Amino acid sequence: MSMGGRLAGVLGLFLVAVGLVVWGVATLITPGVSGGLVNFTHTQAAGQPVNLTVETVGSIGYGAHPTWVSYLTKDPHTGKYVHETSWELPANTVVDMTVYQYDSGSPLRNQQWGQVEGTIGDDATLNGKDFTTYDSNTGTGVGHTFAIPALNLIVPLVGVGGNNICGMAPCLPSAFPHNTETFSFKTPGPGTYNWQCFVPCALGYLFGNGGAMSTQGYMGGELEVVS
Amino acid sequence: MAEENSTDTDSHFRRITIIWLVLSVVLDLLYWFLVGPHVPPGRMTSTARADQFDFNVLFVVALPVLIGIWEFMLYSVFTWRSKRAGVPEPVGGPTAAGNKRAEVSWIVITSVVVLLLAAFGTVSVITGKGSGGGEVPNPLWSPSGSVKAETAALAGTGTWAPNTNAVLPVQVIGQQWKWTYRYPTFGGFESSQLILPDNTNIEFNVTSLDVIHSFWAYQLEVKADANPEENNVAFTKTEQLGSFVVRCSELCGIWHGAMFNYGKVVSQTAFMTWATQTEAANATNTEDLPIFAWTYVPDANGAAGGYYPDGKLTPYSSDEVYGSKQPGS
Amino acid sequence: MTLSAERPHEVEKESFVPPASNAVSRRRGGGWLSQHVGTAIVAGFLGYLLGHWLGNYISSGYPVVTNTGQNSIADLMALIFMVVGWLAGIGALNYPLAKLVGREAKDDVELTGWSKYFRFNLDHKVVGLQYVLGVLLFLFTGGLLAMAIRTELLNPTTHVFSADTYIKIVSEHGTIMMMMASSVVIGPLGNYFVPLMIGARRMAFPRIEAFSLWVFLAGYMVIFSALPFGGFPTGWTGYAPLQTQAGPGMVSYLFGFFVIGLGMMAAGFNLAATIINYRAPGMTWSRVPVFVWSILATAALLTLATPVLVAGGLFGLLDKTVQTAFYVTEHGGSSYLWQNLFWFFGHPEVYIMALPGFGIVGEIIPVFCRKPLFAYRIAAAGMIGVALLSFFVWQHHLFQSGIDPDMRPLFMLTTELISIPTGFIFLVGMGTLYRAKIRFEVPMLFCMAVYFNFLIGGVSGVFLSDVPVNVTVHGGFFVLSHFHYTIMGGLIFAFMAGLYFWLPKMTGRVMNKRLGLWHFWTMFVFFNLTFFPMFIIGLLGQPRRVFTYAKNLQTLNDFSSISAFLLGASFLIFFANLMWSQFINPKKSPANPWESLGLEWQTATPIPPHNFDRIPVIMTDPYHYSEAGAPALADFGDDDFVHTSSGSTTSGDGSA
Repeated sequence: MSMGGRLAGVLGLFLVAVGLVVWGVATLITPGVSGGLVNFTHTQAAGQPVNLTVETVGSIGYGAHPTWVSYLTKDPHTGKYVHETSWELPANTVVDMTVYQYDSGSPLRNQQWGQVEGTIGDDATLNGKDFTTYDSNTGTGVGHTFAIPALNLIVPLVGVGGNNICGMAPCLPSAFPHNTETFSFKTPGPGTYNWQCFVPCALGYLFGNGGAMSTQGYMGGELEVVS
Repeated sequence: MAEENSTDTDSHFRRITIIWLVLSVVLDLLYWFLVGPHVPPGRMTSTARADQFDFNVLFVVALPVLIGIWEFMLYSVFTWRSKRAGVPEPVGGPTAAGNKRAEVSWIVITSVVVLLLAAFGTVSVITGKGSGGGEVPNPLWSPSGSVKAETAALAGTGTWAPNTNAVLPVQVIGQQWKWTYRYPTFGGFESSQLILPDNTNIEFNVTSLDVIHSFWAYQLEVKADANPEENNVAFTKTEQLGSFVVRCSELCGIWHGAMFNYGKVVSQTAFMTWATQTEAANATNTEDLPIFAWTYVPDANGAAGGYYPDGKLTPYSSDEVYGSKQPGS
Repeated sequence: MTLSAERPHEVEKESFVPPASNAVSRRRGGGWLSQHVGTAIVAGFLGYLLGHWLGNYISSGYPVVTNTGQNSIADLMALIFMVVGWLAGIGALNYPLAKLVGREAKDDVELTGWSKYFRFNLDHKVVGLQYVLGVLLFLFTGGLLAMAIRTELLNPTTHVFSADTYIKIVSEHGTIMMMMASSVVIGPLGNYFVPLMIGARRMAFPRIEAFSLWVFLAGYMVIFSALPFGGFPTGWTGYAPLQTQAGPGMVSYLFGFFVIGLGMMAAGFNLAATIINYRAPGMTWSRVPVFVWSILATAALLTLATPVLVAGGLFGLLDKTVQTAFYVTEHGGSSYLWQNLFWFFGHPEVYIMALPGFGIVGEIIPVFCRKPLFAYRIAAAGMIGVALLSFFVWQHHLFQSGIDPDMRPLFMLTTELISIPTGFIFLVGMGTLYRAKIRFEVPMLFCMAVYFNFLIGGVSGVFLSDVPVNVTVHGGFFVLSHFHYTIMGGLIFAFMAGLYFWLPKMTGRVMNKRLGLWHFWTMFVFFNLTFFPMFIIGLLGQPRRVFTYAKNLQTLNDFSSISAFLLGASFLIFFANLMWSQFINPKKSPANPWESLGLEWQTATPIPPHNFDRIPVIMTDPYHYSEAGAPALADFGDDDFVHTSSGSTTSGDGSA
């Protein structure tokens, strides 16, 4: 073979090999759930509070992991619940948050998460009633928490009782039992912040913290705060 | 020939030694006085100060070693480089394949330096009360008063007040993925803020509710792994006011990188005000917490059942394990 | 002057008939239908499907499986069957199976042509080259992931990857690199050159040598399979109980180390047996090349330390699949157990990755200094000393973990003691440089870089061993920088030195010097620019494996990242050089381009499958560059001795 032929051959093989490995690595390290952002920056006039509605569901019912517990976000433009947990929010703005909680509850591993912290007024409402702390060892327990550790924000999401638990997202406020909680917090300056759940709610994982708790798009996500 | 060789050898050696000596002394002095005082983690606590001193001592010992080898390599590159193309003449001489004196002195010198460093490190650990590292409760060198403080804390009778010189026990609880802190001398309230009084012996009792974390209060120079069902104790004494960062330094899962918060060292009276206020504000929640203990045993199944098939639907109830109410403080 | 240079034709003429009992480089078949890497891939794939089906059949009803939607048993069975299928497909099991059922294995046919590199080949020289390709595959994958890590760390808060993806990348990078590094020298260069250096015709156990290679490659597939399984979040240290909590990617990690561990044990024990039993007459322990000493020390570590990892991995697999609780405190296990088992293997592992580098450097430096190796006995003693001491230091990884505090001064002492034998290596190197006549060829430059880098790595190790300073630097970027300086700065630079030095013997083709110099300087400069800032980053408080860090550290991190990209590019120069000089525009190498006295250079080029027509009788150690009229290195049993004394190499116009 001539030198040019060998050069072309080696280069070709090299490109094919590199392409294969790069493609393999690149496709495999992208998350299973699309990392899309739900945009809340232009849903209101400047300085006005942002309305953010989410729901929690005991098992998402579709996608790569149908048995996993998940949050869903109500897209402010279409009004539909989407399987995304990362939000783009304006900086230094009040966010009025509404959570529809469809999952059952249990005692907390650390009852400290039963105390509302970091919201405006350090309180939240549960089905219209104001509360600052919830004893997870009584009643229906706590199903999830909504927490932004960087802001010291924690709100316990009280679990629902009964057998008629919604098992397929999205659970529209209909026949299924649910709790509605509302609270407000103020976004910090621009940057990326993460939020998560502190209830070990991932079924079948040691300490309940694997699976849905350890995969972005289910029980945690990011706040992309922009100015 | 041999005579000439050896004087030549000695002149190389002498030159290298002199350059080394001058460089080492100058750079060591420059380091010690210009860089040393600014070396992390600063001097916010007794352990930070002591460990900074340790680092600087090690650096002053290490610098001549680095300089010596690098200087020797550079010297040989420029002096003993083969000047002409091709394979040079072989190098002979009686010392080419070994030199008893050089070998023995190398071994003796490195051994002495290494043993001295080990001895120095041991002394520093003991006088530094563990140097801020995690260790079992009540090691031989624990600060005075800490055993008493621990016993009282566990019995729910611990107290702390400004200007009493008492040890302040603080429990650090790691969980995926946040630190919380309990203050047993203030009714055992739990907080996600770490506030400490100035000029006080602090005893961190570090434990975990799930996987292994590592409590790293950077400016305080405290680092202790948080293991489930283990009480890992680290001692330090605050010496300066200011804020510090707490990070997790043992990989603990997805949000490991976000598992940090900021703490503050405030004056003793300010701390007392904060602690009593927070104790009052959290009173309802504190009643729901388990009794203060060195470790907690939440069920490995998590809140909703799972990994180990032990059949419990609500696997962990602190009431069941510890009783429902806090003891009076 | 060498044998091959002197009398190449006569070597060709003599034909060598191996004794019937010698299984040298022969195997059944040879056509496209016989076993090769293609059949291995097919068999591995079928095994994977079968195992997965079987696992699902066994365990699909269990609550854990139903709740998580993930079946660790099926994943593990799939991987086990995949590895077995791969080994059966390549033909590694033909011989043992034939023997098992009481048949004689068929007579082998010697393989020729390039296709022999894609088959189960028993020739240690073919296996060595196969290992080069395997190691480069690991290195490329791991390096790519390193680039991804540095991309994420360009900005303290804005993320390129999501948090779970980032952890996945970090863990995969660490594990792949550690697996690669534990075989990077003993696999390619150890297998290739140990028999040549000790005057043997083959390894002691050629089938085990080939088995270790194909298991090593299976390990690549197993650890890579973690990515499609969703990755694992524990880093290369795999701490439990996070390990027990993780998803199915963790199974790939545990089983990957298990498989690689089998390969490491096989390779180590085979090398040790070869070195102890297959030395040529006259190759006394005081004449064994220093590279062989380093391989012997490494082989001892591989044989003795790796079983602990394999056992630890097995416990982890049991925890993950059948829900035992070795590592779960609440159910009677201990989170410390894995830490102890892992580091009991892990610290000797660090020296598995350092010692071969010392050996290469010790072997190469005298050639380019035209001087005997300084204090040969101390070099050997240093390597054995490091190997022994390395079993007594593992708890320094646990200084802050809550171990008995009284143990810490002890482990501080043992850890610092290990710097004495490590210092021997520097004594040997510096002593050899003293008053030498140094030629700065590419391999020599890499050797000098090893001393430069390893000095920083070693000295920073002393900082880490000091308990008070350890409180500052444990678990941070300081540690990260420290072990990159020792493993990459030491071992990978030494591996490059070895490749540039020995490739002319392995392939008969020289590497291009100009490209080699470009490769060296870019790699050396950007390696240091990448990792030196990390010492400072670590001291300033950045923990390892984080995706967010303090804003004031962005400048340093960006500097490090950009250097890392350029460091990555320097490997492309190496790759270009490799392709250009070996395949595209090959230049025939002189028989002994560096005028080395090593026995491996005295063989014919290309090396015949049986290495030596007659087993040489060794007369002296291979470092007699100085003495005029020194005895010849070896007696090859022909009419005239090979004169390797200084008298015959003073012509001064060699082919440098």
